Formats: sequence, structure tokens, C-alpha cells
Amino acid sequence: MLLEISSLRGGYKPIEVLRGITMHVDDGEIVAVLGSNGAGKSTLNNTVCGLFPAFGGEIRFEGRDITRARHTDIVAAGLIQVPEGRRVFPNLSVLENLRLGSYRRGRERREQNLEKIFALFPRLRERAEQRAGTLSGGEQQMLAIGRGLMGEPRLLILDEPSLGLSPLLVEEMFALIKRLNEDGLSILLVEQNVGQSLEIARRAYVIENGVLNFEGTPAELLANPQLKRAYLGI
Amino acid sequence: MLELSILFPALLNGLTMGAVYALIALGLTLIYGVLHIINFAHGAALMMALYGVYYLKDSAGIDPYLALPVVIPVMFAAGYALQRGVIGRASHGKDENILLVTLGISIVLENLALFLFRSDTRTIDTPYTLSTLDIAGAMISLPKVVAFGGALVTAAVLLLIVYGTDLGRAIRACAKERQGAKLVGIDVDHVFAMSFGIGLACLGAAACFLLPAYYVNPTVGNGFVLIAFTVVVLGGMGSFSGALLGGFIIGIVESVGGLWLGESLGQIGIFLIFIAVLLFRPQGLFGAKA
Repeated sequence: MLLEISSLRGGYKPIEVLRGITMHVDDGEIVAVLGSNGAGKSTLNNTVCGLFPAFGGEIRFEGRDITRARHTDIVAAGLIQVPEGRRVFPNLSVLENLRLGSYRRGRERREQNLEKIFALFPRLRERAEQRAGTLSGGEQQMLAIGRGLMGEPRLLILDEPSLGLSPLLVEEMFALIKRLNEDGLSILLVEQNVGQSLEIARRAYVIENGVLNFEGTPAELLANPQLKRAYLGI
Repeated sequence: MLELSILFPALLNGLTMGAVYALIALGLTLIYGVLHIINFAHGAALMMALYGVYYLKDSAGIDPYLALPVVIPVMFAAGYALQRGVIGRASHGKDENILLVTLGISIVLENLALFLFRSDTRTIDTPYTLSTLDIAGAMISLPKVVAFGGALVTAAVLLLIVYGTDLGRAIRACAKERQGAKLVGIDVDHVFAMSFGIGLACLGAAACFLLPAYYVNPTVGNGFVLIAFTVVVLGGMGSFSGALLGGFIIGIVESVGGLWLGESLGQIGIFLIFIAVLLFRPQGLFGAKA
């Protein structure tokens, strides 16, 4: 098992947002984490990545206990998050943003990986010298993902990658995620866009109020009339 | 009208002082750009570095220029430790706390200097203190020419670090996007401390270049920090090219102003510029609008 989370509790002291989450990601999977706004999805990401302290429970990555590890060590281990809102460095050029993606990991193969990213996102090569803050939302999302890939992730956490993109770009984004996975990357996809996420995910979890209320395959989720009504509105 | 034969040396003098101002201001603007605080301890730290250079010469006989490889790392280490051990801890994430902590540090350092070194103004004597260099007919003090060159080289090294290394990229990344920085595995506290350390290392270099043509007493830093602050505001808060250009402008204004109004009143030009910048271009020459 690549990522194994058991009975994880966490949040913003003293408020407990995550109230016992148990889930896992296997090597090579796309796993979707769904849930409405405020359900605790981003808190889950940030606790897993070591930005917020866990109140209890356990997180294991490739068998290693990382529950209390520092965020720097977690990145070094290859668990890399592409955050909601992109969080690119607006005052740095596209190239510098990508280089910093390999600040903690993958530095030896930085130039080779840069080539790969530019092949994946030709648009970024065109804008290599441009400041990231001047890019469009879609380009910034590509850059954020590119920056994440520069760290040679073993598991990539994508937090709301389709947020704020035009419908056409959303399509492209999900196609890209699928392609990355087919090339062997394990992905934890945290999304509000339930329909598209279920199309590419192997398994899905649904979080509500800090607890899981569903886990299973997309087909099972779609077969559950209650969840279908709650999350797909059909 | 002033004759060129007087104006030209004044311009050169202004340039040499301006380079040192720029160096001091670069440290200040680096710390400001990353930590978003004005380091009120900047002047006191410069004063301590000047005392360091003074005693290395006075007690150990080490030439100020040869003291560079000692003073720069010591100032860097002091800055790193100060940010990591005192300022960062005491701030609790609030900028106004950091401001007060640096102010407190400056008061402690000044009084420590008063206690340890007394209030006497001290100078050092080197073989080249009174040497001059003839530049196109203008006689410029040799230590000032060295200070000019040294400050420029130090500034170039600083810019190389900031724009050409991963550390520099991380420093600039932390200035604007701390969350994103953490997510690529940057240790933000470490980068803050490195920035503070590099900022003070600039002062170490400035102290070595200054002392042969200058003096030291426990309050010597105040004048410099005021000027450096003006330079930073003039150039644009957090802008490196602004600090460089601003340093030269202020140096020349001070020197040429001194020609007309006398040494002490000459500084009035600096503060007129300061007020004019705040009135008409508050973001500074190179600053981005807030």
C-alpha cells in the first residue's frame, strides 16, 4: 500500500475537522476524494502533507510512519501536493517555479525533468521567462502541476485541479490526469467535480463533516441513489 | 555656479558613499522583502560589526580588508541565530511583534556597546588611511575607492545568490507564497533565518569597507539605518535594483548637497527626497504597487 491513513483526526486547534478518517491509496491508482465545500478535504490534504499537525490516528507512506513528520521530509519521501488555488510563486518566472519544484527532491534529474514537463505542457515552454503571476488561471494550474511533477512524486495529491477553469479546460485537465496515471503515477484526486472525477477514478471516498460516508468504486457510488442525489443532483 | 573641479570630486565621493549605502540598504531590503519587517536592529548590527572590525585591528592587528572572511561569516551566523532563536520565536507570526523585537534588540545592542566599549568615538589607523587616488584630476581617498569596489562586488555576489541559486529562488518564493513554498519542501523558517543572516552579512562587508575611512561609536548605526531606510523607500521596498540605484542617488545627493550647505546640513537633501518620494511615488522607483 502506498498511502495508508487510519483513524486520522485533525483540524485547526481546538476545532477538530477530521474525526477519524481511514483510507488508503494503492500503487498506480487514481483515488478520488469527494465531498462538498467544508467537508474537510483540504484539511485532510494538509494534514497528510504535514502542514497541519494530526491530533490522532496514523498516516503511513510506503510503510513508513509519517504522522508527525515535517513537511520537508514528506516532500522528500515523494508525497507531493498540488494545492487548491495553485499557489505558484507569482514573482518568479515559470522556469524558476519549475526549478523550485525540485528543491527538495529530484534535483539530480532537474534538467531532464524540465524537458519532460515542457513536452507535457508546451505552453509553459513558450512562457518560460514570464512571471507566473501574469499567467492565466489554466496556465497557472498547468504550472502548479508541472512544479509538483518536478519533485518526482510517488503519490501526487491534486486539490481541486479543475476549480476556476473553463469547461473546455476542465475536460483537458481530467484527460491529463488520466494520462499521468496511465504513465504510472499514483494520484489522490480531491475534487468537487464529482462527475468527471468518477469517470477517471478507480475508487472513491466521500467525506462529509469530517467522516467518511462512502468508500467504493465509482459504479457502486453511482448505484447508491442517496449519494447520487446528494452529490450529482440526479 | 560651482566649478566642475569641485563638483566632480564631490560626485565621485558621493558614488563611493552611495555604494556603501546601497550595500547596507540591500541587506535591509532583503530582510524586508522576505520577512515583511523593517529590521530596526540593522543600524545596531552594523555598529557591532564596526566594533568587531575595530578590535580585530586594534587588538589582533588584522587589517580591515583581511578581516572580511572573519566578519562576514560571524555576522551571517549571528543573523541566522538571531532570527531563528529570538525574532522568529518571539513573533508568534505577527509582523508588529517582529518590529518591536528588532527595536528591542537595537536598544540592547547599543547599550551593550556603551557598557563594553564606552561612548568614545574611535578610528583605526592603517597605512593607507590617508592615501589618495588621482581620478581624472580628482583626489579621492583610497579607502573610499576600495569601499566602492568592494561594495559593488558584494552586491554582485548577493544578486548572484538571490537570482542564480536555489536558495535565492527559495528566498524570493517565501517572500510571496509561503504555503506554496512549504509544498515544494522549502523549510520556511530556515529560509527566513538565511535571509536575515545574509542581510547582516552585508553589514559585515560594509563594516570592513567603511572603517578605514570612518569611525565607530555606539550610536554610529543610527545615521546609517536612517539613510538605508530612505534608500529602500526611494528604490521601492523589497527591490534589489532599487536599493542599488537608490544608494547611489542618496550618496550623490548627500555629497553634492554638502558642497552647498556644508557637511551637516547637506543631509537635508536626503530627507527632502524621502518626503518627495512618499508624496509623489510612495511605491518607490522600482517598487510594485501594494
